[in-house]
Amino acid sequence: MNNLLIPNPKEAESIHIIREVAAQFERPVLLFSGGKDSITLVRLAQKAFYPAKIPFPLLHVDTGHNFPETIEFRDKLVAELGLELIVRNVQDSIDQGKVREERGRYSSRNSLQTTTLLDAIEEFKFDACIGGARRDEEKARAKERVFSVRDDFGQWDEKNQRPELFDMLNGKIHVGQNVRCFPISNWTELDVWEYIKTENIEIPSIYFAHEREVFFRDGMIWTANEHVFREPHEEVMVKMVRFRTVGDMTCTAAVLSEAVSLDDVVGEIRESTISERGARIDDKRSEAAMETRKKVGYF
Amino acid sequence: MDIQGRKLIKIATAGSVDDGKSTLIGRLLYDTKSLTTDKIEAIERSSKQRGYDYLDFSLATDGLVAEREQGITIDVAHIYFNTEKTNFIVADTPGHVEYTRNMVTGASTSQVAIILIDARKGVIEQTYRHFFIANLLRISHVVVAINKMDLVNYDEETFLKIKSDFDVLVEKSDFSEDQITFIPVSALKGENIASKSEEMPWYVGNTLLDHLEVLEPEDLQESSVARFPIQYVIRPKTEAFHDFRGFSGKLYGGSLKVGDEVTLLPSLNTSKIKSIHFFDQEIDEAAPGSSIAVTLETEVDLSRGDMLVKSSHVPQSEKQISATICQVNSKALRVGAKYILQHGVNRVLAKVDQIEAKIHTDFSGTEETDQLKLNDIGKVRFRLSKPIHFDSYKDNKSNGSFILIEEGDFDTVSVGFID
Ligand SMILES: Nc1nc2c(ncn2[C@@H]2O[C@H](COP(=O)(O)OP(=O)(O)OP(=O)(O)O)[C@@H](O)[C@H]2O)c(=O)[nH]1
Ligand SMILES: [Mg+2]
Repeated sequence: MNNLLIPNPKEAESIHIIREVAAQFERPVLLFSGGKDSITLVRLAQKAFYPAKIPFPLLHVDTGHNFPETIEFRDKLVAELGLELIVRNVQDSIDQGKVREERGRYSSRNSLQTTTLLDAIEEFKFDACIGGARRDEEKARAKERVFSVRDDFGQWDEKNQRPELFDMLNGKIHVGQNVRCFPISNWTELDVWEYIKTENIEIPSIYFAHEREVFFRDGMIWTANEHVFREPHEEVMVKMVRFRTVGDMTCTAAVLSEAVSLDDVVGEIRESTISERGARIDDKRSEAAMETRKKVGYF
Repeated sequence: MDIQGRKLIKIATAGSVDDGKSTLIGRLLYDTKSLTTDKIEAIERSSKQRGYDYLDFSLATDGLVAEREQGITIDVAHIYFNTEKTNFIVADTPGHVEYTRNMVTGASTSQVAIILIDARKGVIEQTYRHFFIANLLRISHVVVAINKMDLVNYDEETFLKIKSDFDVLVEKSDFSEDQITFIPVSALKGENIASKSEEMPWYVGNTLLDHLEVLEPEDLQESSVARFPIQYVIRPKTEAFHDFRGFSGKLYGGSLKVGDEVTLLPSLNTSKIKSIHFFDQEIDEAAPGSSIAVTLETEVDLSRGDMLVKSSHVPQSEKQISATICQVNSKALRVGAKYILQHGVNRVLAKVDQIEAKIHTDFSGTEETDQLKLNDIGKVRFRLSKPIHFDSYKDNKSNGSFILIEEGDFDTVSVGFID
């Protein structure tokens, strides 16, 4: 029998991009957060180079406020696939006096990550950082290129981006510059979930409904623990929740959910009427939040 | 097809400033229930702040602060939505002065172009230019959306007049009539976008969304011959795959099968396909668009930038090429200038031999020039450091196009379509 491969165009495009990164750059790295998008990237990178190993390391910028489930998952994945993992800690940047810990009601280490990331890029001389950002996440992301050139300060100049024509990617840079590469730019949140489901990709348990101590603020559900600032009157309760994105605890809100399997999760996403970024506390601060952070080097 | 068996259709929009492109896309998102409650709330909030008594859907896509402040689109944005049957990717391209560069960029990855016309203004010079680009890029299908019909009392005569003006352009182009569809709409009011307009009973065709849904990707995809540019050589050097040497890349134009007789460029060596791999599966045949790895029956010298093709259809190999160039950077292209020419994943050096002419994008002919400035389109001859293995753009889009990279900042300054 003739078994014919009919490509999934988005998957084929992503694999093409990942191979371009490996071919055009000397020291690429995959930024791994332990979230579903970076896990999807790892699968796509496996496909791009199979039967060889993924030819670049993973970098995790650890805020110290990650969910323990994510860290466990990360270590297991890396061991199973025989990948090289580099971890750099925001705590170290704080201890070195490079950044100051935020205080108060909306304090978070999310924006502090940028300094730790830029330091790691310099330390290892990375010239390409592969990230799992998607254009459907947020309006400012919709304008992001697949290969996005950053200067020595990691800054994004949105008015001066290289046009990207057809499949051709231009990753030529000068020493000191680096490129952020986004292989799943054209995927939607639902695409990612459907892919995880059909490919049967393992993901951290916090993506599924579980009981958790939480509190309510501004119409969002916050994790109750020592890393998250909470007013005395903000009452802690136990709820069945799940996370739609897995970032730092201080900036990732939970949603009420009964979804215990991938089928349930995909079903909920399909029905859902709140966008993924609606569950990111940092973006709610202002409409231009994302664009501002990106200009200063945030991923 | 995506995993769910939905087809994927890529669309670029074109229109002058304020013709309503962003509004139209916002309306498509809203009517297909692709806008989430928090996004709709944000639009309601912003519309109110600005003192509008309607929902300004352009706010759904205009993402940069400067865009929201000025109410215009500055950069190409990509928007995603889907219906039961179809996955859509829409490139929302700005209508202001830099439109040529942006529309060429947006259209280069699209199969369908929606050209908007303001019903009050009719076919204007900009319309010529948008259609010229759709023609240059050989977009498979063009929808002419005649917008703001609410402002002309949904008048049929107005629609017919614009259509007949446009038909004059179609005659000057390479398009056949069945590649062009005219739809009267009001993006703001949602007339003929996702639901049939009761205001325009005289229009018997499909709504915009229905029309986009009945387009079949097979009809929109070019059928050509197989071109397999080598991106990356996979050498696992593990015990299990000791001798494995996989040539990986994305396949364009036609399919490849195990057993196919192939020719390798530039060496002109021949071999046979031994196996085709997609991740851990071995397959017999790969359709165009697949990102695969192939192994060959014989030991050959083949590396990144080389090309594998079926021996029955070998492309041209030349060190001198002639192409239509669109300048996409503010640095002008001049005779004698040197560039890095990127053709697919292959790079060679290129020198501008001659600028034959600048082409007027309103179909009015050409003029002589010694340089091509941002947004200019012209005919240019190049001399290359090494031959490239190409097809004419009209026969094979991916193997007939290239970009020029300037050697100072390495900016992408031009895109070329080979004659
Ligand atoms: N009455 C009416 N107004 C419309 C219609 N479509 C768009 N508009 C209005 O026209 C103005 C411009 O619309 P946009 O969607 O921002 O235009 P655009 O084509 O995206 O403009 P640029 O991106 O800047 O080129 C806005 O005030 C819209 O509300 C329509 O069908 N009827
Ligand atoms: Mg617009």
